[in-house]
Amino acid sequence: MTQQIAVFTNVGERTNVTGSAMFKRLIMEEDYETALNVAREQVENGAQVIDINMDEAMLDSKAAMVKFLNLIASEPDISKVPIMVDSSKWEVIEAGLKCIQGKAIVNSISLKEGEEPFIRQAKIIKRFGAAAVVMAFDTDGQADTADRKYEICERSYRILVDEIGFPPEDIIFDPNIFAVATGIEEHDNYAVEFIEGTRRIKQNLPHCKVSGGVSNVSFSFRGNNPVREAIHSVFLYHAIKAGMDMGIVNAGQLAVYDDIPEELRKAVEDVILNTDSGAGERLVELAPKFSGMAQAERVEDLEWRTWPVEKRLEHALVKGITEYIDEDTEECRAGADKPIHVIEGPLMDGMNVVGDLFGAGKMFLPQVVKSARVMKRAVAYLDPFIEAEKEEGATNGKVVMATVKGDVHDIGKNIVGVVLQCNNYEVIDLGVMVPAEKILQTAIDEKADIIGLSGLITPSLDEMVHVAKEMTRRGFELPLLIGGATTSKAHTAVKIEPQYDKGVVYVNNASRAVGVVSNLLSKELKPAFLEKTKAEYVKVREQQARKKPRSKPVTIQRARDNAAQLDWDTYTPPVPKKLGVTEFKDVSIATLRKYIDWTPYFMTWSIAGKYPRIMTDEVVGEQAQSLFKDANEMLDELEQSGTLQPLGVIGLFPANRVGDDIEIYTDETRSELLTTSCHLRQQTEKTDFANYCLADYIAPKGTPDYFGAFAVTGGLEEDDLAEAFDAKQDDYNKIMVKAVADRLAEAFAEYLHEQVRKEYWGFAPDENLSNDELIRENYQGIRPAPGYPACPEHTEKKKIWQLLDTEKRIGMQLTSSYAMWPGAAVSGWYFSHPEAKYYAVAAVQKDQVEDYAKRTNMTLEEAERWLSPNLGYEPE
Amino acid sequence: MPSNTVNKHAELTEALKQRILILDGAMGTMIQEHKLEEQDYRGERFKDWHVLIKGNNDLLSLTQPKIIADIHRGFLNAGADIVETNTFNSTTISMEDYDMASISREVNLESAKLARSICDEFTAKNPEKPRYVAGVLGPTSKTCSISPDVNDPGYRNVTFDKLVTAYVESTLALMEGGADLILIETIFDTLNAKAASFAVEEAFEQAGRKLPVMISGTITDASGRTLSGQTTEAFYNSIRHIKPISIGLNCALGPDLLRQYVEELSRVCETFVSVHPNAGLPNEFGEYDLEAPEMAEEIIDWGKSGFINIVGGCCGTTPAHIKAFAKGLEAVKPRQLPELEVRMRLSGLEACNLN
Repeated sequence: MTQQIAVFTNVGERTNVTGSAMFKRLIMEEDYETALNVAREQVENGAQVIDINMDEAMLDSKAAMVKFLNLIASEPDISKVPIMVDSSKWEVIEAGLKCIQGKAIVNSISLKEGEEPFIRQAKIIKRFGAAAVVMAFDTDGQADTADRKYEICERSYRILVDEIGFPPEDIIFDPNIFAVATGIEEHDNYAVEFIEGTRRIKQNLPHCKVSGGVSNVSFSFRGNNPVREAIHSVFLYHAIKAGMDMGIVNAGQLAVYDDIPEELRKAVEDVILNTDSGAGERLVELAPKFSGMAQAERVEDLEWRTWPVEKRLEHALVKGITEYIDEDTEECRAGADKPIHVIEGPLMDGMNVVGDLFGAGKMFLPQVVKSARVMKRAVAYLDPFIEAEKEEGATNGKVVMATVKGDVHDIGKNIVGVVLQCNNYEVIDLGVMVPAEKILQTAIDEKADIIGLSGLITPSLDEMVHVAKEMTRRGFELPLLIGGATTSKAHTAVKIEPQYDKGVVYVNNASRAVGVVSNLLSKELKPAFLEKTKAEYVKVREQQARKKPRSKPVTIQRARDNAAQLDWDTYTPPVPKKLGVTEFKDVSIATLRKYIDWTPYFMTWSIAGKYPRIMTDEVVGEQAQSLFKDANEMLDELEQSGTLQPLGVIGLFPANRVGDDIEIYTDETRSELLTTSCHLRQQTEKTDFANYCLADYIAPKGTPDYFGAFAVTGGLEEDDLAEAFDAKQDDYNKIMVKAVADRLAEAFAEYLHEQVRKEYWGFAPDENLSNDELIRENYQGIRPAPGYPACPEHTEKKKIWQLLDTEKRIGMQLTSSYAMWPGAAVSGWYFSHPEAKYYAVAAVQKDQVEDYAKRTNMTLEEAERWLSPNLGYEPE
Repeated sequence: MPSNTVNKHAELTEALKQRILILDGAMGTMIQEHKLEEQDYRGERFKDWHVLIKGNNDLLSLTQPKIIADIHRGFLNAGADIVETNTFNSTTISMEDYDMASISREVNLESAKLARSICDEFTAKNPEKPRYVAGVLGPTSKTCSISPDVNDPGYRNVTFDKLVTAYVESTLALMEGGADLILIETIFDTLNAKAASFAVEEAFEQAGRKLPVMISGTITDASGRTLSGQTTEAFYNSIRHIKPISIGLNCALGPDLLRQYVEELSRVCETFVSVHPNAGLPNEFGEYDLEAPEMAEEIIDWGKSGFINIVGGCCGTTPAHIKAFAKGLEAVKPRQLPELEVRMRLSGLEACNLN
């Protein structure tokens, strides 16, 4: 092993903001002095190359990279070793190379965006004389099998060496190390694939090197360092034998292969080499035995019950343990003067710890929601006692929250509610579709301190403006908070804040809510905070006013003259195999879960990253795995109990284009109209592209064409299930069931679209795509949804409801703002043309809006209201 | 032109395999001998220039071309094969010190033309011994990887991009003026040299033809490192990607102190090796006093030890020195190129060669 380590080059990984929370904090706080120490220690600990990465959204990565590299140049203890400039942003890499006198390594380039950028970047790297890490990544994604790894690396090698004369000895391939033993079967062979891929690369591609991020492989065992080190060591033992030359690894934390206890080594080896399907499970079972930490924790497990009751409550809150909460709360109550003191004392103290940990980024949102569940249980236990003494708890303040009229989406609002409750604010949650009148009256009756509004669909923005106007009219003094997916600082500043001058604040995410609310409720801080916010919004308004449209508007006539010209002479639109409406009332969750796109699910929980990569992310991976597991357990439960039934309906009809409209007919005679689907056309100057309109994808009269519509929901039972959890004070599962239903609705839409392509319309009977390919929309045809960029006007949904008889058939409803109920729902149109694609209509001008109003039987004012986010002009 | 380019490269390579080529000696110290005054520097054209320009030696290519031409002739008569253009400080960045950035291109162009015409004169007289013009790119007066302010180590007074722009302009002018090769020399900050080599490739691309490139770094003190802290091999690893015809060392040290680094370079590098040391270290009057016979003794020994392919002189060396080198090395075989193992050769301040 010693000899193998000697020929193995280790790259220091700590000076990386994406991998080290400490380094990230130092850079964010501009404590470069201490950040340099991190680099220095790595070199002292034996790193032969240091990787430097400044990819952080909140950071000017380029400036940080330049600054840090310039500082390193003045530190001979650090700059004696070569530097690996690591960024996913090319401009950061280029800026970095301009600061390094030595021969550096670029990390990384790949074929992921095709050959053109790859070749361009490689040529520049060559001119700088740097070596390059080349990822096994192409336009189809990251390679996970040995075949794909080798194939991509060979193709990259041939381009680099043969086409542009890149020195082969300056190429380092990174064939992607992924986590094993995750409990997901497809991951079991990841280490074997890497080792095999490496062997073939080294055998066939002369002079190149192979590297990788070693700690990824053991990700499932976070928190158990002895086992992780053993995994790294065993993995390297085999990978180095296959030819791996270097790796990003913590050199100070590598077990010596021969020193690993036989039992552990055997179990790890089985996992790495994937000897059998039970290997992962065996190691998971064995792991605690070898974990110093895990053992300590087991002792603690028994031990925390012996702590003083206040400490036990804190522990339960931080860890989210409900098991003993009633008995501990009772013990506390029995010893307290008044039951309310239990809340104000130990429970609030515990929640403050949670709040601090969350604020410091040491707890994640899902954990906080679990803490809130414990808190609610304790409060529920105390309620009868408090009621008996008729006293009121002292809270930090009272917030009335609601999803505005016409909108049914409340996952985000619920999360904000939980976070505020965790910080001892009393939250009165009025739920969804709440009219302005009710929100304002409740605020008066309850003597609320703050009103918070939420919404997801674009018409909700107008409703929020309406609430603000009403607050002014009725002489309110309370601050107003604005949040939700479609809201923005710009919209708040430009449209809402001018309507109400007692304080309007946009809150961009749940973790910011506490800071904003505490500022607003502090007599001392409030004036300055509001003044600062006001000043900020004045600035935003000025910026908005100055913002020139990126491209010039054109008249609707010119836009139509530049319509997409599809060739209808040589193309025959496919005829659906089954015309008319079809219901889908018994598609099982088991079928649909295979179609789930998980990435947005994690976004719901404020955890950013793409699935499945997110599962092995250094920072949030552990949380992601736990969320993933909980969601799957919920799906299992729903699947077995049958308590949630996804429902869907589709329809395919004869149709033809007339101008920017699509006429939909009762039958092939095409003589009787069912309805007309009206569309909008891009109205800015285009030089290389057409001015797109969805109608262009349907053949004009004379060529028989067809058009479809669909509506799906995760299940009508969604709200009831959420309420049942709410009744049990279980916020976590209340949010979870909605998030899961949301995913099912999206999965159902994906599934139905596939059914339509393969069977009902049947133009792609042989299509055979993986879920990943489905998510990337690698198929013929599109399914745009009203309210989204290609057809932004929401009222068109009523035509889908009319065509499909949606409400009668499957119970889905439309609200006054044309939001769909239940919230977990998707509806849209089907287009079959191979050239059909998604785009954004973006800004429309008055001539088109006037025309659109006529076509849709609206007044100009109504049309302008529904199109307000898209108006490229100020309506009168 | 491309065929001509290929010929030049091939011709030089062939010559370097046969014999040790002789580079000329110092321009700066030769000019000092003329004891020129402010008005000599100004000449007619710059008599009303708004800043003092004494010391702007490169400007003399415009205002005193005869002096420069005579210095070139002196070295060629002494037996030099390669003459360096009088452009050590001609980039816009260095010319800025005299507020003359705007004539940078002209100085480069005229200096190259001047050296070209003198070389052609000698080649015509003796076609058996063709003479070559090396277009010189100096280090500039700024450093790209060292802060000029000790209290602010992250600060820089020049950027890579600015250096590239300046060097592209100079290179194109040198090529236009007739340079046979480009010599990036007196490199005390490797990042400046990387910018220069980046620019040279850019200029080649723009001009549509390539010239051979010589690179010469400077070990500034007895620690054996460049001013920016690199060891000889680290320096070599940093710039070998442009595939220069030669890599070498010049200035700063006399031959005695330089010997070990020449030896190291000769061992680690797969290109031809050049050296042009100072005539010793400056004495208490700032003069270089290592005489030609003494210096030649050391130089000839390097030749016999198989360290070098190109040799000349830097500060303090005169035609007498060059003549002594040329004579003494006439029958000495040049260094043979070693075949190096293909390895990833990285560097920080130190070399890091991976297996």
